[in-house]
Amino acid sequence: MRLLEIRELRVGFNVYGGTLNVLNGVNLHLNEGEKVGLVGETGCGKTTTAKSTLRILPMPPAEVFGGEILFNGTDVLPLGQKEMRKIHATGISMIFQDPTASLNPVFTIGDQLRDTIRYAGIDGHITKKEIHERAVLSLHDVHLPDPERMLKNYPIQLSGGMRQRICIAMALATQSQLLIADEPTTSLDVTIQAQVLRLLGELVEQKETSTILITHSLGVVREWTQRVYVMYAGSMVETAQTADLFHNPLHPYTEGLMKAVPRLTGEGIAEGISGRIPDYLNPPGGCRFHPRCPHVMKVCREEKPPYFTVDADHQVACFLFKG
Amino acid sequence: MAGIKKKDLSHTWEKIKKSWYKFSKNPLSIIGATIVLLIMCLAIFAPFVAPYPEHAGNFVDFRNASQPPSLHHLFGTDVFGRDILSRVFFGFRFSLVMGFVVISLTAPVGVTLGLIAGYMKGTWVDTLVMRLTDIFVAVPPLVLALAVTSILKPSVFNAMMAVSLMWWPWYCRLVYGIASSIKNEFFVQAAEVTGSGKLHIIFSEILPNCLGPILTKISLDMGWVILIGSALSFVGLGAQPPTPDLGTMVADGGKYMPDQWWMAVFPAFAIMFVVFGFNILGDGIRDMLEVEEG
Amino acid sequence: MHSIFVLLGLSVLVFLIARVMPGDPARMALGPRAPENVVEKFREDLHLNKPIYVQYYYWLKGALRGDFGTSLFTKRSVADDIREFFPATLELMLFTGIVMSVMGILLGVLSARHANKWQDNVVRVVSYMGVCTPAFVFAILFLLLFGYVLNLLPTIGRLSPWIDHPRKITGFMTIDSLIAGNFAAFWDALKHLIMPGLALALGPMAQEARITRSSMTENLQRDFIALERSQAIPERRIMSRYLMRISIIPTVSVLGLDFASQLGWAFLVELIFNWPGISRYGINVMLHKDLNAIVAVIMIIGLMFLVVNIIVDIIVAWIDPRIRLGAERST
Repeated sequence: MRLLEIRELRVGFNVYGGTLNVLNGVNLHLNEGEKVGLVGETGCGKTTTAKSTLRILPMPPAEVFGGEILFNGTDVLPLGQKEMRKIHATGISMIFQDPTASLNPVFTIGDQLRDTIRYAGIDGHITKKEIHERAVLSLHDVHLPDPERMLKNYPIQLSGGMRQRICIAMALATQSQLLIADEPTTSLDVTIQAQVLRLLGELVEQKETSTILITHSLGVVREWTQRVYVMYAGSMVETAQTADLFHNPLHPYTEGLMKAVPRLTGEGIAEGISGRIPDYLNPPGGCRFHPRCPHVMKVCREEKPPYFTVDADHQVACFLFKG
Repeated sequence: MAGIKKKDLSHTWEKIKKSWYKFSKNPLSIIGATIVLLIMCLAIFAPFVAPYPEHAGNFVDFRNASQPPSLHHLFGTDVFGRDILSRVFFGFRFSLVMGFVVISLTAPVGVTLGLIAGYMKGTWVDTLVMRLTDIFVAVPPLVLALAVTSILKPSVFNAMMAVSLMWWPWYCRLVYGIASSIKNEFFVQAAEVTGSGKLHIIFSEILPNCLGPILTKISLDMGWVILIGSALSFVGLGAQPPTPDLGTMVADGGKYMPDQWWMAVFPAFAIMFVVFGFNILGDGIRDMLEVEEG
Repeated sequence: MHSIFVLLGLSVLVFLIARVMPGDPARMALGPRAPENVVEKFREDLHLNKPIYVQYYYWLKGALRGDFGTSLFTKRSVADDIREFFPATLELMLFTGIVMSVMGILLGVLSARHANKWQDNVVRVVSYMGVCTPAFVFAILFLLLFGYVLNLLPTIGRLSPWIDHPRKITGFMTIDSLIAGNFAAFWDALKHLIMPGLALALGPMAQEARITRSSMTENLQRDFIALERSQAIPERRIMSRYLMRISIIPTVSVLGLDFASQLGWAFLVELIFNWPGISRYGINVMLHKDLNAIVAVIMIIGLMFLVVNIIVDIIVAWIDPRIRLGAERST
């Protein structure tokens, strides 16, 4: 059984002028122990997918229009608060993009970390002493100096890199099965980014946590993940083993992405992809990429392409590869 | 603050058109604007609109004195037999005049001082002006106004002067805050480098960026100034009888509570109505302008 | 300290304004029939013939000793007048302050919890009206409705004439009655406090409710709340602990200013309810152009405002580590 399976997830936001149909049938799965990447431009729906999985989207204005999210075989979408809390406790945890926004500024690190640990073991009873010990240990895991003192600090006193390490510590302190890391290094200094990514890699290996790493950087994906999904405007356009994807990008969007990355060697300068991401209030029909696609066909305007299997683990949502 | 854009005239016209569109979409703003317009019309055309315009002055008719609200006198009459509705219309005049006068005096002075102090932040000019405003805002506005008016001879004019005296610091502080934070922005530095005179910089570069909050404050202030004005008259330090001023009417009517309740209640509601109108209008303007700044 | 300077500056300002007044204070105090030599001696005593900075010097010297001169109106020492009337205003303002902060926050929370449902809409509309209505209008309406029409609450002063005044210890009618064990007096004093206190409290209460509501709804969208939810922290705990503490910061910050503006309106409300406080005293001395008293009243009010602001600043710094620790915030 797969650890996580998202089937045809449709999520939208009801706003003043209408409905933003962001997620347009997301299909994604993760097996235990995998390190999967989710790559796409800003605004393509990566964070929405992540937050939907954890059911932490603000429900008005967000609304789920269809699909299933199966965690360990159970659909989490219809679950009640109590059951969802169990999943939050030991099932799935998340790291957000901006560590400054993730931490409550008026509480100490200790306050927030201790609560995370305390509520992780919902059925077990855990003493204050144990909570404290676990807190110190988790800060130790992320290589933060002087954990005892760190617990008494407020987020305002720390640097961006430190805050993100704390978020990582919080996410991993609960021994969850699945970790969703939403652009964990994007808001950090370039010099720190590599450090934090390496740390994250070590920790998920150590704790055997299955991970979905969300990013807009192809470079990060290449280094860090085993398998990757490419997302565009609310659904997956291609998925493959990481090495395979870079070796043999099939979807026109993926090709465009690869070409857009400037290369230090070789000829030619980087090209962009013409056009812009669609307006979610009035998205294009059929395949949402069709207005920008150099190989667009009649059917692309009418139907949304499903996954077509090209190779083992390599699937493309594009009519070019039908049959 | 999200990117402060340099503003110039053609840009401004576009923005005015866009702002008006946004404004007209908000039902509350329209209500506010309507109320304010209504009050202005009633005030300006009072002699023609009021059912008994002559009651606004020295008029007595003891046969009709202290009448409760009726078809002849919608708001009733006071102890002198004067129609309260008509006096309320004339009362709007004083309220509006007070508002306009005070704001036209204080806004330019306060804004100019604030601009200068903000632009010269860190110098003795800044310190002097700011300490001065600190002193004025150390007491609640009404208290200072009361104190000052009490020392002068009670009259509408003196009340206006007193309120103006303690109102300018607020404009000064508002503009100071904006001016001092944007004086280091690129476009200001660019102007400095190209040799623009200080005065030019202050008025063509910094001022346009303050106009939004200033305008909002002016519309919200109208209500408050009118309120303070009526408070002063209530105490007897503003308009003197027989001038129909909303505050004095409430005070006079208060003596005859509770039996002749209409004498105090209707003017009190009239004051509320005016303040309410300007407040909603002010909110609408703020929403319209600040959403622009994004 | 900055505040001391401000108070001093205030005294200079008021002093200047007071002395600039046209007319002859000595003559006004003693009446038109007092013989000229008595009036002249009076002028001498008050240093009215000396230049203005000399007059200020004498005033300051006295003020630092606690002597604000003699009231031309009550003929007693101003300091005594203040001692007599100040507790009444303090009691009223404390009542107002408690009601407006507690009720304001509660209403705001209620509004935010049921955002966009009927409870919220009612609170929002009512708050809007509340913010626009001056305290004295509320005072008159309450007087009419609860005082006369419904005859529920007393309309004048602090204590009904048939109740014995408790022995004056703190000057607070309510506390002194409790100390004396006189519950009838306590209850009566409380009833007298309700209308003027509520009239003053409603405006800021509405303001606090609006600010709390918008602060809470805004913070609910923030990432840290979402993260806390994803960490299986019970919703109740998130609301009452994590959301509350950060959301009341704007509310508390504004409390000082709101309180100050009500100090101004207290002048009218005390007049309407015949409340024997410093504000009513202030109006009277202002109408009688009693210089010494006017200056003293302004100083007291300024001092109250200052103290309240300092307290509010301390509270906010205590809640919000970003202010306490003053570190520069990244983005």
